[in-house]
Amino acid sequence: MSQWPDLKTLADNVRSRKTTATELVQQSLKIIADKESYQAIISTLDDAALKRAAEIDKNIASGKTEGRLLGIPFIAKDNFLVFGGETTAASNILKGFIAPYQATAINKLEAEGAICVAKANLDAFAHGASTENSDFMVTKNPFDKSRVPGGSSGGSAAAVALEMAPFALGTDTGGSIRQPASFCGVVGYKPTYGLVSRSGVIAMASSTDVIGPLTKTVNDAALILDIMAGVDRLDSTMIERDSANYDELKAELKGARIGIVEEYMGPGLDSGVKNTINKTITACQSQGANIKPVSLPSVTYALAVYYIICPAELSSNLSRYDGQRFGYSYPKATSLEESYIKSRSIGFGREAKRRIMIGTHVLSSGYYDAYYKKAQTVRTKLINEFNETFKEVDYLLGPVAPTTAFKIGQNADDPLKMYLSDIMTVAANLTGIPAISVPGGMSNNLPVGVQLMAPQKHDRQLLALALAVEGVMK
Amino acid sequence: MAKLTREDVLKLAYLARLEIDESEIDRYQTELNEILKYVEQLQDVPVDTLSPTNQVTGLTNVTRDDCLIDYGYRPSDLLINVPAVVDNQIKVKRIL
Repeated sequence: MSQWPDLKTLADNVRSRKTTATELVQQSLKIIADKESYQAIISTLDDAALKRAAEIDKNIASGKTEGRLLGIPFIAKDNFLVFGGETTAASNILKGFIAPYQATAINKLEAEGAICVAKANLDAFAHGASTENSDFMVTKNPFDKSRVPGGSSGGSAAAVALEMAPFALGTDTGGSIRQPASFCGVVGYKPTYGLVSRSGVIAMASSTDVIGPLTKTVNDAALILDIMAGVDRLDSTMIERDSANYDELKAELKGARIGIVEEYMGPGLDSGVKNTINKTITACQSQGANIKPVSLPSVTYALAVYYIICPAELSSNLSRYDGQRFGYSYPKATSLEESYIKSRSIGFGREAKRRIMIGTHVLSSGYYDAYYKKAQTVRTKLINEFNETFKEVDYLLGPVAPTTAFKIGQNADDPLKMYLSDIMTVAANLTGIPAISVPGGMSNNLPVGVQLMAPQKHDRQLLALALAVEGVMK
Repeated sequence: MAKLTREDVLKLAYLARLEIDESEIDRYQTELNEILKYVEQLQDVPVDTLSPTNQVTGLTNVTRDDCLIDYGYRPSDLLINVPAVVDNQIKVKRIL
């Protein structure tokens, strides 16, 4: 049975003093301790969280009961800067790093009464699809401890599935919220690019990075989005949010025009995943949805585009880790250059180094046009195809990943094979559109997510569709 | 396109201010070449007259008022992670 009711009920329970913020934080910390063997959590913020909870309880006693997340504990991926503990991005180079300021997303959640209790594991710097690239530990899948939880937000997804907190935050640069949500059987939401401030979140690929929630239900994801969305002067890449709320949703499948991307349903798709998608399609049809096969030929190139643009951008973003201002610093250097080289070489893990070198290569003089500029031009082609398709259909439906959760170690020695796990998620990042993973059922006792996508800025419509799909798949 | 040689790998590492252990050069060379081979499939995609996409928001010239915003931080708060601080300044190895 679920430890946590939905977020709205939970906040109302605190407001009406059926429970207290302190009790909820203690409950969350206890579950985290009990389920430590899954290695989902890098650090807990016991003191800071209990102090905040006590303050909230005191405020409630004196009649201050506002807050849509009043007293609710949550977990942030460890690439969000949060006061009260370390922020490591699961990397050795940031071990011991103390956030000097706090992420805007965290501030907005705190303003509604939420309490961050812990920081979740990830692939170091969010480079990966399994958490196996974490410099500290590998998170175990809640449904089968011999399997990965997905990644890079694997710790966040596993934490929500294990009920360590009612919700968690993740980041999605190429699928890092949706794929672990699919592998762990939770809801994972990637908003339209630019809708949520990224200030205080450790950058990976700046033109595709977004942050979003991992939750038990679509309604909870919509509430968290509504709280986090909106222009922030600390992030100059932001778009205007809707004036209407994102969490007042009317589930409706009747008449919805849903496209099935043929390229995602072909060979290479696990048969259990395919069955789940087909079942979802049938269920949507029975509720009056208008299903139509569509073809987006360039999605077959999206992964190649992504693995040029992403390393290019992250090699630039990771150049700030030089051992001088923060992070690991080699103590015995005799020159500035030696300090840079040794600090970076000792501090960064293998995957970060690989991606930095690929990025350096595709941006270097003589190769820039052939790799980087070409990738950006194919990106335009991809965007054009999505725009054309969205004239014929309102939404796209398909798998999140080609498989269910794979075995720990299965893809660890082959970076390219690991990259292929992102093949169905990267297009949403390259085009900036919103996308969600909704639990669709089980295959061989492992969860399968269904991915839904909509045009840019259609977050509210997408969440409403997801609510309807969640309803028919229950 | 030409494959990366051992020397290319070492040059790339140096450009990125990374040092690779002698025993790992072969492995990086193989892995980087596999990744590059995969992404090189884009060479065959016709893009005609399309322009590159740098960003997807359509925003241009995002500006703000040129004024001081006080976030309430003291220099000492912002220097807590610096390996070496002298008089509220970051100390580095000699540059010149």
